[in-house]
Amino acid sequence: MATTTAPPEPAAPADIPPPSLRQRLLSGSTLGPLAALIIACAFFSLRTDRFLTGGNFSLIIQQVMVVGTLAIGQTLIILTAGIDLSNGAIMALSSIVMTRLAVHSGVPPLLALLIGLAVATAFGLANGLLVTRVPLPPFIVTLGMLNIAFALTHIYSQEQTVTGVPSLLTALGNTFTLGDTDITYGSIVTIGLFLLFAYLLGQTAWGRHVYAVGNNPEAARLTGIPTNRVLVGVYATAGLVYGIAALLSVARTGVGDPQAGQTDNLDSITAVVLGGTSLFGGRGTVLGTLIGALIVGVIRNGLQLIGVASIYQTLITGILVILAVTIDQVSRRRSR
Amino acid sequence: MTPAHAQPVMEARGLVKRYGQVTALDGADFELLPGEVLAVIGDNGAGKSTLIKALTGAIVPDSGEIKLDGQVVHFRTPIDARRHGIETVYQDLAVAPALDIASNLFLGREQRRSGVLGTVFRMLDKPAMRRRAAQQMAELKIGLRSLTQAVENLSGGQRQGVAVARAAAWAEHMVIMDEPTAALGVKESGQVLDLIRRIRDRGLPVVLISHNMPHVFEVADRIHVQRLGRRVAVVKPDEHSMSEVVAVMTGALTIDASDQAVVVDQEAATAAGVRPTGKE
Repeated sequence: MATTTAPPEPAAPADIPPPSLRQRLLSGSTLGPLAALIIACAFFSLRTDRFLTGGNFSLIIQQVMVVGTLAIGQTLIILTAGIDLSNGAIMALSSIVMTRLAVHSGVPPLLALLIGLAVATAFGLANGLLVTRVPLPPFIVTLGMLNIAFALTHIYSQEQTVTGVPSLLTALGNTFTLGDTDITYGSIVTIGLFLLFAYLLGQTAWGRHVYAVGNNPEAARLTGIPTNRVLVGVYATAGLVYGIAALLSVARTGVGDPQAGQTDNLDSITAVVLGGTSLFGGRGTVLGTLIGALIVGVIRNGLQLIGVASIYQTLITGILVILAVTIDQVSRRRSR
Repeated sequence: MTPAHAQPVMEARGLVKRYGQVTALDGADFELLPGEVLAVIGDNGAGKSTLIKALTGAIVPDSGEIKLDGQVVHFRTPIDARRHGIETVYQDLAVAPALDIASNLFLGREQRRSGVLGTVFRMLDKPAMRRRAAQQMAELKIGLRSLTQAVENLSGGQRQGVAVARAAAWAEHMVIMDEPTAALGVKESGQVLDLIRRIRDRGLPVVLISHNMPHVFEVADRIHVQRLGRRVAVVKPDEHSMSEVVAVMTGALTIDASDQAVVVDQEAATAAGVRPTGKE
């Protein structure tokens, strides 16, 4: 099968069945997280009538929309065996840039939006260049960038929340009605982003290269994959996604908030890990991350509905994270 | 056997590579003929890995020239060499363990769907890649239950099989294998040696770098002996004994122009197990 000429030999076994849905779910290790999500939903449905309603689910999605979107970028980076501590801070900076430019500097809203996205992308790009060119460990680079973005956010915003945001920047907070449920456009954007990245990771060569770089960078390099370019691309793409998360955040709250996203870096890692993606890189799926984000959202929402104090939500999330990482470790050891 | 006058697939003359004070290659020659398995052996520090790196573009030699099919080539990176149809199988099983077999075979060379799905949506043609992977594995008689299993679930020999199959699939000129059996058990080594013969029988010459003399004698058509940065002999395994070849490697024997073994250092030669008469 050397590139052009077809080999004369016969021998191709007639049909190779594509992997079944079950195999795919198992191989992506999304089965466990999915089961956990279903169990959580079943539990809360039994405990309260208010849980299993269209309105409540729409609310859950709105509640996880920002962290979920950040977690998309986080998934990309963790798949390459990296980690991003700076995503919440980049998002906050981006949201302050877009709102402040529009409100205080008289920049047309669309241009302000684009500049906000560009700032987030530039921070992601800077992360990627530092990780590949110097090179530095992702943990340290993004820790530094967390502080830089956080400080710039507070300096530029002068600690002021930006109000009176033009309608273009809050448009994703508007709703449409499906049946008797109000759904925000932002929820649709989030779900769309998840589907887009599921496609890119699962169905394109770029996705394969992301997995290969995280799985065995040396092998990836030797097969001719431009590993540094893949990494820089991943970090820059993640930055752009954080910019979109900033827009979603502005749309959800209606303001530019310099305090936004302070725990979102860790919350996004939580969603990624709960979704079955390995912190060692090369394994996991972005749809798993969606499930992971929903697990957090469902538990938070459900416990609230049945009147459990919010600190228990944090407690349960912590236990689940350790459980998820344990499962990852054990399954890795078994596959050796 | 290949006729001696055939044009070499690859030929190198007078390769020199110095690292500071150390001369790794000191005017090394190299010649690979069509359809042969050429073993490259040498003691540690003899310059065999530097030689192979020069031939695959991993390093650029200070002087000397490399010809591929009679044309002078200058490889700057391993990618250059790959573009010229030279595939290398690395010792440390260069596969991505979490990806499946077909994905590994096509890693870095993924095929896209035809039409809009491929050009606009960049969609992979997974069925076609699986089909061609299955065909390749079947041709090389690498038995596997399923091509969709992750490589990490395979045995060491099967993993090496995947790496070798990938090289054989894409190589147009030659396959270079760096210690392909070093990490493997006896049975799995045997499978890889069979694989090397099958690749040669399909018409691709193979360069085998190995420390393992029994493996070299089992599979090689000719043996390139590297010593002190040069090629000191090319011998045929059926004309010289293993102990003679080892003695050449260590400098106790030399091979003269008429292919006779000449004792340089009787003591060392005797220690290596070569009978005093030298030849045969």
